[in-house]
Amino acid sequence: MSLSKAFFAIIRRDLVLALRRRSEVVNPLLFFMLVITLFPLGIGARPHLLQAIAPGIIWVSALLAAMLSLDSLFRSDFDDGSLEQILLSPHPASVLVLGKIIAHWLVTGLPLLIVAPLLAVFLGLPNHALSVLLLTLLLGTPVLSLIGAIGVSLTVGLRRGGMILSLLVLPLYVPVLIFAGNAVEMASSGLPVDAQINILIAILLMSLVLAPLPTAAALKMSID
Amino acid sequence: MENKSTHFLQGTGLSCIRDDRVLFEELAFEVGPGQVLLLEGKNGSGKTSLLRILCGFRQPDAGQVRWCGEAINDSQFYARMAYVGHLDGIKKELTVLENLTMALALSQPGRYTIQQALARVHLEGYDDMLVQTLSAGQKRRLSLARLLLTENDLWILDEPFTSLDKQGIALFESLMSEHCANGGMIVLTSHHDIVLHGVDVQRIHLS
Repeated sequence: MSLSKAFFAIIRRDLVLALRRRSEVVNPLLFFMLVITLFPLGIGARPHLLQAIAPGIIWVSALLAAMLSLDSLFRSDFDDGSLEQILLSPHPASVLVLGKIIAHWLVTGLPLLIVAPLLAVFLGLPNHALSVLLLTLLLGTPVLSLIGAIGVSLTVGLRRGGMILSLLVLPLYVPVLIFAGNAVEMASSGLPVDAQINILIAILLMSLVLAPLPTAAALKMSID
Repeated sequence: MENKSTHFLQGTGLSCIRDDRVLFEELAFEVGPGQVLLLEGKNGSGKTSLLRILCGFRQPDAGQVRWCGEAINDSQFYARMAYVGHLDGIKKELTVLENLTMALALSQPGRYTIQQALARVHLEGYDDMLVQTLSAGQKRRLSLARLLLTENDLWILDEPFTSLDKQGIALFESLMSEHCANGGMIVLTSHHDIVLHGVDVQRIHLS
């Protein structure tokens, strides 16, 4: 009983913190919207080209926005010693860490889903592909937070971990990018996307189970 | 429940090597109920490293730390200890009450309620203040209130008197004596001379 209490207390605490430090929520979201708006400006008045690459644009931007938000996952807890206290708790650290990752997704991943329809219309993505885009974002962005957490936990103790973090994490994002981008592309051509969605579900479930353990272990190493 | 008197923390043959420099070797000690272990030594002599080894944050280069005879990772150690380090471990964007609620959720409730713990460290009435508006000494007292809040036998304290004023130090010394009188144990480092009445204080000098 008290483990679930600790789990929800962590999620609650991180949501309250995000509410009091709004830049953490708003910056990745603005970045996501800005990058997507840059493409039409750079490519020029070629709606068909834009429409063709829309799934890729949206997903690559989501990847970069997730990257940008990762550092905030453990940074402040590491700096003020809260992380030590979390790891000293008698509860399993991986469960508490999972709570932190879920809160991080609610704050940085979920808002992308909310603005995505607007941006999809903006890029001329067909309406019937919209639901698939949202579904891939719903399944894919938690994976970005989960995999990213492993990378951050390894680099949080380094003074300039930002660059290493992107080199570590971006290659691991490739499977999500491939299947999610492909699903949206197929959906825009009116083809079935069950296979891609199933694989995304599998990736999500696997990272839900497997990511918190190495994250907790790496955090223990990082705080030394 | 285990009998309280069987609780003890034991270090055997502990060594710590940092950057090719031997900080300490073959260190052995045992702390039992009602006892205080005071680590002394110059800056950089390995006091903090030893405390972090005791917490399990750092692996000793040789030797073992045991709680009730078992390695700390296999025992009830983390449910029976509380640690206050260099960093306060409190969030400055949260209120005093929110910080303590979180600390309580991470561990088992102990002897005092949140309100009683705040009263003991003279922070009553600060519940809804954001921690960033508190002074350094008040923040320190808040992180010490965490010790009272949770169920624990062992306090591991790294320079607990930092930024406390004279009354704060006297207050905390009385809390430490009380903890020991109740069968608790303390391992700490301190530059200040601590005055603990009627408590068995062991000293280890690291050099």
